[in-house]
Amino acid sequence: MSDLLTPTFISAFIIACLAGAIPLMLAAVGETVGEQSGVLNLGIEGMMLIGAYVGYVIALGSGSVWLGMLGGAAGGAVMSLVLIVLNVWLGLNQIVLGIAITLAGGGVTSVLYDQLYSKTAPRVPTNSLKIPGLSQLPVVGNSIFSQSGVFWVAIALAVVVAFMLKRTNWGLGIRAAGQKPSSLDTAGGSVMATRSQAVLLGGTFAGLGGAFLSVVATSAFTPFMTNGLGYIAIIVTMLSRARILAVGLVSLVYGATVAVGTVLQLTSLNIPTDLVTMLPYVVVMIVLLIFGRSVYISPVLGAPYTRGAR
Amino acid sequence: MATTEERTRAEGAPTATTAQRPGSEAAPTGAAERRHGVSALDMVVRSVLPIVLALAVAALILLALGKNPLAFYGSVIDNGIVGQNWQHSLVMMCPLLLIAIALIVVFRGQLWNLGYSGQFLLGGVVVAGLAPQLIAATSPGFAYVVLTLAAIAVGAAWTFIPAWLKARFGTNEIITTLVMSTIGIGLTNILVVYVFQDPAVQSPQTRAMDLSVELPYIPGTQVHIGFIVAIVVAIVFQFVISRTSFGLRLDVFGASPKSALHVGINSRRMTIVLFLISGGLIGLAAAMDILGQWGYMRTNWNPDYGDTIMPFVFLARLSPVGCIPFVAFYSVFATGGTIAAQETGLSVDFLRVIVALILVFMTITEYVGTKRQLGQSYLPDELKETVRRPLAALTRRSTAQ
Repeated sequence: MSDLLTPTFISAFIIACLAGAIPLMLAAVGETVGEQSGVLNLGIEGMMLIGAYVGYVIALGSGSVWLGMLGGAAGGAVMSLVLIVLNVWLGLNQIVLGIAITLAGGGVTSVLYDQLYSKTAPRVPTNSLKIPGLSQLPVVGNSIFSQSGVFWVAIALAVVVAFMLKRTNWGLGIRAAGQKPSSLDTAGGSVMATRSQAVLLGGTFAGLGGAFLSVVATSAFTPFMTNGLGYIAIIVTMLSRARILAVGLVSLVYGATVAVGTVLQLTSLNIPTDLVTMLPYVVVMIVLLIFGRSVYISPVLGAPYTRGAR
Repeated sequence: MATTEERTRAEGAPTATTAQRPGSEAAPTGAAERRHGVSALDMVVRSVLPIVLALAVAALILLALGKNPLAFYGSVIDNGIVGQNWQHSLVMMCPLLLIAIALIVVFRGQLWNLGYSGQFLLGGVVVAGLAPQLIAATSPGFAYVVLTLAAIAVGAAWTFIPAWLKARFGTNEIITTLVMSTIGIGLTNILVVYVFQDPAVQSPQTRAMDLSVELPYIPGTQVHIGFIVAIVVAIVFQFVISRTSFGLRLDVFGASPKSALHVGINSRRMTIVLFLISGGLIGLAAAMDILGQWGYMRTNWNPDYGDTIMPFVFLARLSPVGCIPFVAFYSVFATGGTIAAQETGLSVDFLRVIVALILVFMTITEYVGTKRQLGQSYLPDELKETVRRPLAALTRRSTAQ
């Protein structure tokens, strides 16, 4: 076991942990805003895949990780337009549309990747931002402080959203749209506009999360690479109950389990990887069983708002 | 190809439960249909139009990818129906139809069981793991019954925690079933490798059943009797839903759990019962599919029947018999489409895109149809206001001229 605690090993563990946590955190932050406004976005998986693919293509074409991330965000935002028009504006079923977006996102990216890149499978150039001074520190130096600059932007974005949601009028409007849309309507706000913004933000963040996964974390795209991460984001959102800090922490825990899985494959310990990948889900179910009562879900979550309807 | 079938079905369908949540729209829709008497044709249009639109858009996508859509669809029909290929499609119908009925039962109660993958695979792995030895030790007939019951029990058991959480605390069942599904998929892989692994092979898979002890064929065909089981289950559930007190209670519960409580229906028990039936049916589908078609199971195998059959369940307006033609259509499409995709050099995931398109067009068609029947504007109130003012200004100008 002693070889597990070398500095190189621990920094590799931290890198794997962050690579697993950041995409999830981004997606879950977006989902949090959506759910706070009363829209349960089940299509987040599809939006992430679109973001991952678009980000990958643009990063390949331009050679810039930053442009790739922007492209991924735009891809996710475009996918969320489907949900905005059909669900928020026309009031069509969120669950059916969410599943449709997930299917379409997975299908389209898989078909396109298969057509264009599967033979060569090119890789995106990596970039890392070594923070002067801090990156010289042992262990954390070449793990946390040598991450790509995108990493810091992702964290900054989460902080900004946390502030907006809790401390601004805009955030109050979002929360009102999810708690009691009729009161927002009465107060002169527009439920439709508020929810549209929230879903657009959610799609953008899901796209960012997907792009982080392909462009930064793995430097490559594989069909269905999110592998259920979108659904985990929904669960993280539910568990953290609108607190962005909790979203970040739960994502880190998830990242840690992913990293443990990777680590176990490297060691001689014979623990099935499926068991490790199952762990976060088992934990979620146990948490739900124990704290089932306290997991609060807005009563209007998933219901389109119709003015005057009871 | 099944227009007449669909027409009679649509006329015979007693209720039209919309895919939407129960609300202001559901009740008036039914009343409006009875008054105008155009419902049968309308229903057929609403059920078939999304598929036609989706296929048309998919054709455009194929064109954009530089493929010939006519060749693709021709190949789908070739490989899905022509010659002996229709038999493959019928074999595929068996699990799809059973899963469709499983979804119908919960959807009618306005509950979402999205954990079909986990339920299916767990039921399947139990069957695949135990079948070779059990059949060798006892008679095949006895083994089929025992294994099928085991799969039903496993499938049902896997829905219990989400069902209980929903009944007890109202925890969102969409999320819990998805979580349980993921756990089930992981557990299936572990079971295959550590419990049921075939010692004779290197790859992670269960011992394969002898072809001679798989479910017998329907005489004269190569379609196993699971197909008949699925059809019988569809008819039984159609009867239960439309002709028994349980069916009525189910519809009342689906329309509003609160009013169900007022007429003496135990909503909590109903929630759990519906989930157990749904999981059990998915277990049955797994048993039939493994015993009749595959004969073994390997890790990371997931046919993902549930995701792809879901739109057709809604198109059939949650009617078990009504969904037979839709399931038949999709079976042909999936059977032929898989080969057609390979032939045209496309990823098989192209089929997912088409299913997604059907879902989207279905919700749009439903929306437009409902609004038209109610004589309402196609725009929701809030959106209309932003459009109305400039429009009103325009019309004023035109009448003035």
